[in-house]
Amino acid sequence: MAIKDLPDTECVLPGSAACPGCPATMGLRIVFKALGKNTIMVVPACCTAVIESLHPHTSFDIPVMNIAFEAAAAGASGVEAALRQQGKEDTTVVAWAGDGGTYDIGIQALSGALERQTNFIYICYNNQIYSNTGIQRSGATPYGAWTTTTVGGKTEFRKEMGEIIQAHHIPYSAQTCVSYPEDLYNKLKKAKGIKGPKYIEIMAPCPPGWRFPMEKTVEMGTMAVETGAWALYEVENDKMTFNGKSKLILEKKIERKPIEEWIKYQGRFRHLFKPEKDVKRLKAIEEHTDQMWDRYRRCYL
Amino acid sequence: MKKYNVVTTISYPKKGAMGKTGSWRIFKPILDKAKCVKCLRCWIYCPEATIIRNKDDTVSIDYEYCKGCGICANVCKVKAITMEREVKKK
Repeated sequence: MAIKDLPDTECVLPGSAACPGCPATMGLRIVFKALGKNTIMVVPACCTAVIESLHPHTSFDIPVMNIAFEAAAAGASGVEAALRQQGKEDTTVVAWAGDGGTYDIGIQALSGALERQTNFIYICYNNQIYSNTGIQRSGATPYGAWTTTTVGGKTEFRKEMGEIIQAHHIPYSAQTCVSYPEDLYNKLKKAKGIKGPKYIEIMAPCPPGWRFPMEKTVEMGTMAVETGAWALYEVENDKMTFNGKSKLILEKKIERKPIEEWIKYQGRFRHLFKPEKDVKRLKAIEEHTDQMWDRYRRCYL
Repeated sequence: MKKYNVVTTISYPKKGAMGKTGSWRIFKPILDKAKCVKCLRCWIYCPEATIIRNKDDTVSIDYEYCKGCGICANVCKVKAITMEREVKKK
């Protein structure tokens, strides 16, 4: 699959309310290219609820239902049940939520929907903060990152949502990144063809939230994968396979780059470098990433 | 467009739902067609869908809605897109 082979379908119309350089619209464009127009999307409170723009117009050329923060998966379950009753089973139901609506507030509804074997795709675009409400800490925020509620750096490590999802033993779950459109497209195409609950998490580097220049969105995503801070993998019926650079890192064919290479470009980690380098905390981040990869190697190699 | 007669609030799709977002721009992407190798990286990475893919895989830019983020210039491997400062129209 090359970029040339991706279809022309465009469901995100130009002139939306997204910030310049937004990874969410970038991801959404590829998601709709993969799923096509026969899709219903459920969006809880997140940046995407704003990107849709103001009533009476919307920027998304597919049916979208806005719903309360905690209810994305529950709403999608309802839509899926209604479609099943009407016999429209070829329509794809997608819940598209941010990391706040997945890791923290929406986890209860999500867990319920996965347990009920609802036939839908849950997509979490993970920008590691509550960006819509103005950069607050979430369960996905990494250790040491500045947010408006963790001044001086977060003191806890992020949780591994991918592994929580795997505990549900659903047919398909995957992690991907906006910087790898072919990978994202392939995973969504695969998810579309599988019956039952599917979970896909997309790493989405947020320029205003992470404090980096808006033209660097793609680079930040690539760096996250190359430094090992984010892993590209998919789990099909409890069988885990790593993709792309992450596979090479897992098999130790290439050495992962130091995390410092990634975080030094982000203003949210500035206090680790200025006025002097915080060696202790940088080491803690590095060690945590090593632990994560050791765990992956132990369990999945 | 089909309008639905229902009680709940419905928004209908429209290009430029937030107005002409091209006015947000400070830097303007300029495409050098001679340098372009038709790799379409700018097209797939553009967050606004303002890079238009033509039939022969060449691209053109929709300046009416381009927000000028500069991602296209940054992902272009052959540097066919450059960012130039927007000049104020009189």
